[in-house]
Amino acid sequence: MRKLLIAVVLMLLMAGGSSAADLINGAGATFPYPLYSKWAYEYAKKTGIKLNYQSIGSGGGIKQIKEKTVDFGASDAPLTAKELTEAGLFQFPMAIGGVVPVVNIKGISAGQIRLTPDVLADMFLGKVTRWNDKKIIDINPGVTLPDDKITVVHRSDGSGTTWIFANYLDKISKEWHDRAGFGTAVNWPAGVGGKGNEGVAAYVKRIKGSIGYVEYAYALQNKLTHAKLQNREKNFVDPSIESFSAAGASADWKNTPGFSVVLTDQPGKNSWPISGATFIIVRRQPEDCANAKAVLGFFDWAYSDGAGMARSLDYVPMPKNVSEIMEDAWTKEIKCKGQAVWKR
Amino acid sequence: MAFFERHKADKIGDAVFRGVSYFFAVLVVVLMLFIFAVLFKESLPSIRKFGLKFLTSAAWDPVQLEFGALPAIYGTIVSSIIAIVIAVPISLGIAIFLTEMAPKGLRGPIGTAIELLASIPSIIYGMWGLFVFAPFLSDHIEPWIIDHLGFIPIFNGAPLGIGMLPAGFILSIMIIPFISSVSREIFQMVPPIMKESGYGVGATKWEVIRKVVIPYTRSGLMGAVILGLGRALGETMAVTFVIGNSHEISKALLDPATSISATLANEFTEAVDPVYLSSLVELGLILFVITFIVLVFSKLLIGGFSYKGGRP
Repeated sequence: MRKLLIAVVLMLLMAGGSSAADLINGAGATFPYPLYSKWAYEYAKKTGIKLNYQSIGSGGGIKQIKEKTVDFGASDAPLTAKELTEAGLFQFPMAIGGVVPVVNIKGISAGQIRLTPDVLADMFLGKVTRWNDKKIIDINPGVTLPDDKITVVHRSDGSGTTWIFANYLDKISKEWHDRAGFGTAVNWPAGVGGKGNEGVAAYVKRIKGSIGYVEYAYALQNKLTHAKLQNREKNFVDPSIESFSAAGASADWKNTPGFSVVLTDQPGKNSWPISGATFIIVRRQPEDCANAKAVLGFFDWAYSDGAGMARSLDYVPMPKNVSEIMEDAWTKEIKCKGQAVWKR
Repeated sequence: MAFFERHKADKIGDAVFRGVSYFFAVLVVVLMLFIFAVLFKESLPSIRKFGLKFLTSAAWDPVQLEFGALPAIYGTIVSSIIAIVIAVPISLGIAIFLTEMAPKGLRGPIGTAIELLASIPSIIYGMWGLFVFAPFLSDHIEPWIIDHLGFIPIFNGAPLGIGMLPAGFILSIMIIPFISSVSREIFQMVPPIMKESGYGVGATKWEVIRKVVIPYTRSGLMGAVILGLGRALGETMAVTFVIGNSHEISKALLDPATSISATLANEFTEAVDPVYLSSLVELGLILFVITFIVLVFSKLLIGGFSYKGGRP
């Protein structure tokens, strides 16, 4: 009995003491979780280095990296340059995604209905309340719209998806800015709340005349009816990997302090207006050099070899020019015991 | 001599047993006080910032950090009341049927089936509520309610299948097994001689149930109802799925609402700001206090109702 006990204790000690470079711990956003777990699986097969990612939500990820309980945090909303400096953190974008308005209107199929920023904002403000409102009919010539009540469906839980969507409404509508603003959760002027992308999707499928918003990959996999949206250049665009990339490519990463770029309402003829990057957050001065190197090694691999896997899961990988900017910044900014952790 | 030693050993055993029992009994109380203390301490930032206004304000703005508990308290209490109003008559009916009327062969299977209902995890009720019950409500029941009862403000609104009333329905289904199986146990404790004397003086079954069985078991039934109410007040996942999660107080029961536990389940993960987090903890504290008040109130009621023999 006693021997067994000692053996167990020893094993526990060994597990705890195994080199920190073989195991990377991360926590944060739920949106990129499928992508990170796919990468982790492939990377472990190739190198033996394991990645343990807990999708506890962006807020939790930021909290945990600040408290140093994980090696990296992940967030759908960028921290501001000020927040990063104060907490001694560094962030870089890992993938781009989009948020898509989805509808359930009698007789309307995917991409058939077109929305302008104003109309979208008015719906979510509870001001446009019927599908045959003149404002909607005017931008949809030739489409028969029913006299149904519009039911707005939003997320009930705090989420990065909400952050991106509300950030967009905040940019394009003064009234939204005054009444709700943006954040991972906001004070919704109208509608019902569903928990998670799946909750919103279920409500939209259920409720006739509803409009909600979900993350793109989710809309695609569940065959939800999306709406076309008018971007800054007055073009009506469909959500797609191409239109998200277009938004990402037009952003000025190099000159934005802290890479705190928000991809909503970006210029560009084909840009999808509600795009957003998902970020990785690491410590500027990690204490465990080997581990810090392993973390960056993983993301370096993800930028290059992981790009194809990202596309196959409907995520947009970072363009090569952006990932190069990021890796240069790693060398400059992340120092362990005074030495650069990453050298290209 | 041997007898004497044995006696001594028994005494020690008794003392140890008493000590252990005391320990666990006191532990429960200490744990409860501890939970209360932690909840109170964690909600201090919110209590300091909002004070008593927290209880009366309907604001819920995570961006401006303005919080009020009224919609959540309202939703918690109203959805539970709906559940009790629906569940109590049905549960009593089931319990009476099982103890007084059902053929012997049927009592076992039906009783077991009802107890099985109690052991289904609440998330299953939530999913069933969202994917099966809500569509049914919004297609068949709610349009009828709006057409025929819509002139009463509480029955007006849109037939979403999601909202306060559906949450109450789901809760009632969840608490029926509790109330009915406890009341069945209680009905079985009525001494046969009392019922037999009732029949002996020519009372009908209905009269025996109404005038003998129910008065005799009143305090126990009250306990059963409170048990159900307690479960309804704190129920989380099933309610989160169907209540609609909207921080608004609406007259119409068909409209979406929210409850304390649903708000906690929804918003805890992303509540980063200390005031936001603390407001959520204070909601938890309020739920704790509501449950406590209900319990105390029920103890008082049970005291008042207990059977004193003869005519009630």
